[in-house]
Amino acid sequence: MVEKIAIRDAYGKALLNLGKKNEKVVVLESDVGNSTKSILFGKEFPKRYFNVGISEFNMVSMSAGFACEGFIPFINTFAVFMTTRGADPMQSLIAYDKLNVKIAGTYAGLSDSYDGASHQAITDISFVRSIPNMTVISVSDPIETEKAVEAIAEYDGPVYLRLSRAAAPIIFDENYDFKIGKGVQLRTGKDVAIIATGTILHNALEAAELLKEVGIEATVINIHTIKPIDEEIIINAAKFTGAVVTVEEHSIHGGLGSAVSEVLSKYCPTPMEFVGAVDFAESGDYNQLLEKYGYGPKAIVEKVKMVINKKTN
Amino acid sequence: MTKERKEELKNLCFKFRNDLIDLLYSIQTGHPGGSLSSTEIITTLFFEEMNIDPKNPNKEGRDRFIMSKGHGCPMLYLNMAEKGYFPKEDLKTLRQVDSYLQGHPCAHKTPGIELSTGPLGIGLGAGLGMALGEKLKNSTANIYVLLGDGEIQEGGIWEAAMAASKFKVNNLIAILDNNGVQLDGTLEEIMPMGNIGNKFEAFGWNVIHCDGHDVESISDAINQAKKSKDKPTIIIAKTVKGKGISFMEGKNTWHGKPIGEEEYKLAKAELEGVV
Repeated sequence: MVEKIAIRDAYGKALLNLGKKNEKVVVLESDVGNSTKSILFGKEFPKRYFNVGISEFNMVSMSAGFACEGFIPFINTFAVFMTTRGADPMQSLIAYDKLNVKIAGTYAGLSDSYDGASHQAITDISFVRSIPNMTVISVSDPIETEKAVEAIAEYDGPVYLRLSRAAAPIIFDENYDFKIGKGVQLRTGKDVAIIATGTILHNALEAAELLKEVGIEATVINIHTIKPIDEEIIINAAKFTGAVVTVEEHSIHGGLGSAVSEVLSKYCPTPMEFVGAVDFAESGDYNQLLEKYGYGPKAIVEKVKMVINKKTN
Repeated sequence: MTKERKEELKNLCFKFRNDLIDLLYSIQTGHPGGSLSSTEIITTLFFEEMNIDPKNPNKEGRDRFIMSKGHGCPMLYLNMAEKGYFPKEDLKTLRQVDSYLQGHPCAHKTPGIELSTGPLGIGLGAGLGMALGEKLKNSTANIYVLLGDGEIQEGGIWEAAMAASKFKVNNLIAILDNNGVQLDGTLEEIMPMGNIGNKFEAFGWNVIHCDGHDVESISDAINQAKKSKDKPTIIIAKTVKGKGISFMEGKNTWHGKPIGEEEYKLAKAELEGVV
């Protein structure tokens, strides 16, 4: 049994540590601090913690003001509300003026499983990815979460940080070198490249194991930075394998799959298949939902077989 | 305010109105109505009340101005050019390709613009963030946010109003350009706002009323606002949309209409009559 740590716990801890190191960090919360775990920062630094109640539009607008003042605001709520209710000031203030705000959208994908489709985020990446100036990061495990929080605090500019609610298996170790914009190749195989983002990366790795059993060798790549995307690692993997499957807990329209296909259609047209949302999901156990809606390792294996059939040679 | 100073500021406002008509006529785009209604408010802030330095627009501890009703920015640009933020001859590039003077205020293109605005309702929350930021820095600077009365129909205004009260930002001073007219008609016709003062009072704000076309009345209101101990203040400045050009006054059609040749002549004749 692999060790699992909830991404939100890793995030809360990382934010607290950042607050100790950097007095410029302020944290804004919209009444879900016990869920996002921003409360850990709030307890230690009450003067730099602003809970604005249930008003995401105002939280995002306020963060722009803090950034104008030279602070580094981390703002927190569920990804689905951040990118719908907070969308206007995110685009017209933060992105337009390239303000140094870190936008943490948590409970991404289907991870808020029991709360149902109203609380699950399957459109956030496509929105934030289309906004000029925005960097988009989606983390896959607790270590990557901690490293990403440190890295985005160092980077001067707006960042959307996509976080899962789920307890995620630890994939990386403390020596993991996280660099914004650099993809990570976790496995090399000549038959297919599975390109994944977020905690669902773990299922991609499990799928690669299942594929090995039937003689299919898979490359697995973690794209934690969806924008700017690491074109080189994607092109190289496509050239090496000749077939690509993208895996994300997000709509197949506008997310990682779209980003990868934009790169490949331009530089290296390659047969692709997409694992992701085609419809709203529902309430239920997280792993059961992932199975039902086609995100499980077996579903990924099926997509791999489909794309391999599309190879011309 | 001395009589002489009041006269100086009045003359400045007159000059800005005259220049505004010339400017908007020359470029055939832009919003005359809401620029004219906010003339005295912006001029009083830039030439009487705010601690700002155009030679050092990012000076620590300066007062901040946010034009939340961003469409009124031609009047802001006239004030800023006069103050020395940028050359007056550049004003004619307003709304043209390659200009740093955008159709709505743009902080990353125009020196001295503190925040990009235009989508209505976002300036008050951002001003609240700035007010809290200044407090964290132990600064005594004030944050001024100019709101339109149509703009306060946006829900974000009331989210910010709620939060500003909670965080006790006495350094946040909103000024409402209460001209009673929005794009499609009067507020009464389109979306009546009722007793705006009572609404803000209910949200925990310090409410002050003034004559938005009297520089002394505006200045007095601002100085009263600065005395607030633990509440944000809204100054409800009674104004007239299109103020100073009789055929524009109170007319929603002059929210954002280009000025025709005949209208230009009429407006100029009227302004000359004032001299």
